[in-house]
Amino acid sequence: MPKDGIGASVKRKEDYRFITGQGAYTDDIDRPGQTYAVFVRSPHAHARIASVDTGAAAAMPGVVKILTGADYAADGLGGLPCGWQVTGKDGPMVEPPHPPLAADRVRHVGDQVAVVIASSAAEARDAAEAVAVDYEALPAAASIEAALAAGAAQVHDEAPGNLCYDWEIGDKADVDAAFAGAHHVTRVELVNNRLVPNAMEPRAAVAEYDRATREYTLYTTSQNPHVIRLLMGAFVLQLPEHRLRVVAPDVGGGFGSKIFHYAEEAILTWAAGKVARPIKWTAERAESFVTDAHGRDHVTVAELALDADGRFLGLKVDTRANMGAYLSTFAPCVPTYLYATLLAGQYTTPKIWCGVQAVFTHTVPVDAYRGAGRPEATFVVERIVETAAHEMGIDPAELRRRNFVPSDAFPYQTPVALVYDSGDYEGTLAAALADADYNGFAARRAEAEARGKLRGIGLSAYIEACGIAPSAVVGSLGARAGLYECGEVRVHPTGSVTFFTGTHSHGQGHETTFAQIIADRLGVDIDAVEVVHGDTSKIPFGMGTYGSRSLAVGGSALARALDKVETKAKRIAAHLMEASEADIEFADGQFTVAGTDKSVGFGDVALTAYVPHNYPIEELEPGLDETAYYDPANFTFPAGCHVCEVEIDPDTGAVEIVNFAASDDFGNVINPMIVEGQVHGGIVQGVGQALLEGCVYDGEGQLATGSYMDYTMPRADDVPSFTVSTRTTPCPHNPLGAKGCGEAGAIAAPAAVMNAVHHALASRGVSRIDMPATPARVWQALNA
Amino acid sequence: MHDFTYHAAGSVADAAAKAAAGDDAVLMAGGMTLLPTLKQRLAQPSDVVDLSGVAELRGIKVEGGAVTVGAMTVHDAVANSSEVAAAIPALADVAGHIGDPQVRNRGTIGGSIANNDPAADYPAALVGLGATVCTDRREIAADDFFTGMFETALDEGEIVTSVRFPAPEAAAYVKFPNPASRYAIVGVFVARTAGGVRVAVTGAAGCVYRETAMEAALEGNFSAAALEGMTASADDLNEDIHASAEYRAHLVGVMARRAVAACG
Repeated sequence: MPKDGIGASVKRKEDYRFITGQGAYTDDIDRPGQTYAVFVRSPHAHARIASVDTGAAAAMPGVVKILTGADYAADGLGGLPCGWQVTGKDGPMVEPPHPPLAADRVRHVGDQVAVVIASSAAEARDAAEAVAVDYEALPAAASIEAALAAGAAQVHDEAPGNLCYDWEIGDKADVDAAFAGAHHVTRVELVNNRLVPNAMEPRAAVAEYDRATREYTLYTTSQNPHVIRLLMGAFVLQLPEHRLRVVAPDVGGGFGSKIFHYAEEAILTWAAGKVARPIKWTAERAESFVTDAHGRDHVTVAELALDADGRFLGLKVDTRANMGAYLSTFAPCVPTYLYATLLAGQYTTPKIWCGVQAVFTHTVPVDAYRGAGRPEATFVVERIVETAAHEMGIDPAELRRRNFVPSDAFPYQTPVALVYDSGDYEGTLAAALADADYNGFAARRAEAEARGKLRGIGLSAYIEACGIAPSAVVGSLGARAGLYECGEVRVHPTGSVTFFTGTHSHGQGHETTFAQIIADRLGVDIDAVEVVHGDTSKIPFGMGTYGSRSLAVGGSALARALDKVETKAKRIAAHLMEASEADIEFADGQFTVAGTDKSVGFGDVALTAYVPHNYPIEELEPGLDETAYYDPANFTFPAGCHVCEVEIDPDTGAVEIVNFAASDDFGNVINPMIVEGQVHGGIVQGVGQALLEGCVYDGEGQLATGSYMDYTMPRADDVPSFTVSTRTTPCPHNPLGAKGCGEAGAIAAPAAVMNAVHHALASRGVSRIDMPATPARVWQALNA
Repeated sequence: MHDFTYHAAGSVADAAAKAAAGDDAVLMAGGMTLLPTLKQRLAQPSDVVDLSGVAELRGIKVEGGAVTVGAMTVHDAVANSSEVAAAIPALADVAGHIGDPQVRNRGTIGGSIANNDPAADYPAALVGLGATVCTDRREIAADDFFTGMFETALDEGEIVTSVRFPAPEAAAYVKFPNPASRYAIVGVFVARTAGGVRVAVTGAAGCVYRETAMEAALEGNFSAAALEGMTASADDLNEDIHASAEYRAHLVGVMARRAVAACG
């Protein structure tokens, strides 16, 4: 193995430009003649637009153009599309129109009503304040409960009772029968709190139109530029792919929020055609809070039936999920196919039923956020399992062991559609318990009690479905896209390599990880490899990065493309060495003829491919440039166990995480350092959800947590040093044996933290506390 | 940010003159509140008079058992002053826990107290220590300076020049921070001084105030035990998404006991 190959903790190649301030983010891009856009946004959660008067604003200095919802409607263009159709018990989901500029009604604070384009950002802002919108405020339904109440304000005329769909999985009667024979039933009520994504880089876009070629270019903060090109081109603006280039340059974090096609992208591109000058828009942070798709927001009641030995007999889960005011790109699949299908967890629960009602509210749309459905599922399963253990007086670790899918049972068909590929749940549990010194907890609790502190420990044995996704499977479930990936390995004449990937790195370190795979496989130096992503004019195609898919799916496409490169290179090498192709072996960058001392280097073969003087030209094309598309055979199933220990100050309610240990099975690991970083970041986001982050709307639909003064992002001093480790069972169905690691921390941590919090508070008679477990909430619960 | 005319003041007198000349001028100290307010277009002053170049407003002096901090002295300078640490360690501690390193290297004591944010830390230190606010026109006792939420006894155009803190026998400040902003949900400054015990509370109400019942309880028995079971009255305390008035009232007791204990 070369020193920078698979398994080496290579320092990230991309970090030099990032830490020296030389990254090129969307807002860093300036085009000749550029103008600036500012959006006029609704201050109301729900209102009728009586009129929009742009007269005074249009006369202000620097104003180039003002466009309204009426202008957009007049052009006869499309609304923002939804990429996934969920079919419920009563038929397909309600899919109301989503105009990129509201023309007659606004449905959440931040809904865009008009765009002002001016020569400078300051002029655009001044003019935007002068656009006079006459709103007739209407009653709002700003929560799931409010939207489902009798007589609630209606978000869309098309969706009576504000219901998008009422969906279920499993046979309820069958599950009820399992409950009838139960020795014990545990019931929990859970709120999966709404989160604001808060990528470090706010969303931004630069759009331009070339009158000579009639081509549009959109630079945008996206995790998947090809998907944006498809959605915006085909469904919204009716532009064919060859006249629309979408570039997602350096992107400063996404966490799901930059998957979706947003109105601003379409409006800027449309407007760029009208003004024939480039237009830039960069969200202010306050704007991000009210326009980036939010995450989570479920209310759930779950029941678990157990026999006298603690074996799980059945699970019933009833969930209401907030969709927000409009259907964001992938919103409908999050609380259904990315959620209910994971409710078996790591267990052999034989009967599972889950019903999900998706509800429209007068709030920002809700969509995938790091983990997307799987954190919500893990929270349900791991909270109820831990609660059942305490109720039945069985050690929580032991109760899990009694119900684990055994290591020799893979592939394992769950009752909720998925087939788990591989895993060792006993192994990750044992490792995490050892790292957490689980057996020493009682002594630590006694010591804490002596100091007046309440101490608790909690487990979370999570599973996730990643490597998203087999196209035929998701297609049968309503996805309007395939979810394969594409990679092109272009070997240059001197043996250096450019890899073009359809995945997108916005913090994940692809430029390093993919380069390691190539260096390992071709025996070239890692510095002789460049990874290119994020530009539809350079990459053949791509579905982007989310769902922990880049390595499992994008890396598999790379592996397949490398297979093709190797196959062709061997044929060239066989010709050069006058040997049979079957006798050629390739290792460490050298082609050799088996049983001889003949060899030729990879670089010589590459040169020969491009300078084919001595070449099998009758049989083989020149060049060494191979593309592969990879459509996965199954999801991958990263799993593991996280253990959290907390100490609570009963005088203030403050929760301190005093220890956190994680053992994860991500399949084969390319760069352990990057994986560790992903786990750390994920855990911190999970801790954020559990203890700190709570998005609050008031009854009128105003966002009460619209800035960092009120929305608590995790800080370094909110978390301890983590103990993380990996235990590998390779994925059996992809060429790298990789499962993915990007979301695990955010999926596992909330349940681990909240189990620990409940454990600590149980001695004081507290049985329920919702996330985020803020000091005020904990104190309230202790003093109720 | 709306347009305004920027002025760099060279002296206190120059700043006063420039502020008086503007239609709707504001003085800028560190700008830690003013600048975000301007950037969010929540204020539209005609003129901004920047005090950062006024040398006479900067610096720390310790003499005669009192610490005098110039109005434009940044928090970091107070936090890291060995003279302050020797004379009134609790004052250095307060300054060292305001905001974050960026704020502590820009924000000033004069700006903080003139703004009088109800959750700011410095007002508790001034009231707790019985400090005196010196302006270009007069001296004002801290007890009289903070008059309400974002309101002070300063007259139109009056400029804070320094704050004089008498050294206490013992003092400590303990705050329970808002998890998001890290401003004080409740901060309590306790001091045992020659003139008696002072308990100043910030964050809990619309303005810093003294817990006189706690002061009385501590007068005869300066120990955390003397405050056992005591809370503030929740009647006039703040209530928001982060903390109920009842919780704040309880925290006043907890923080006061911890502050007394920290006095050693």
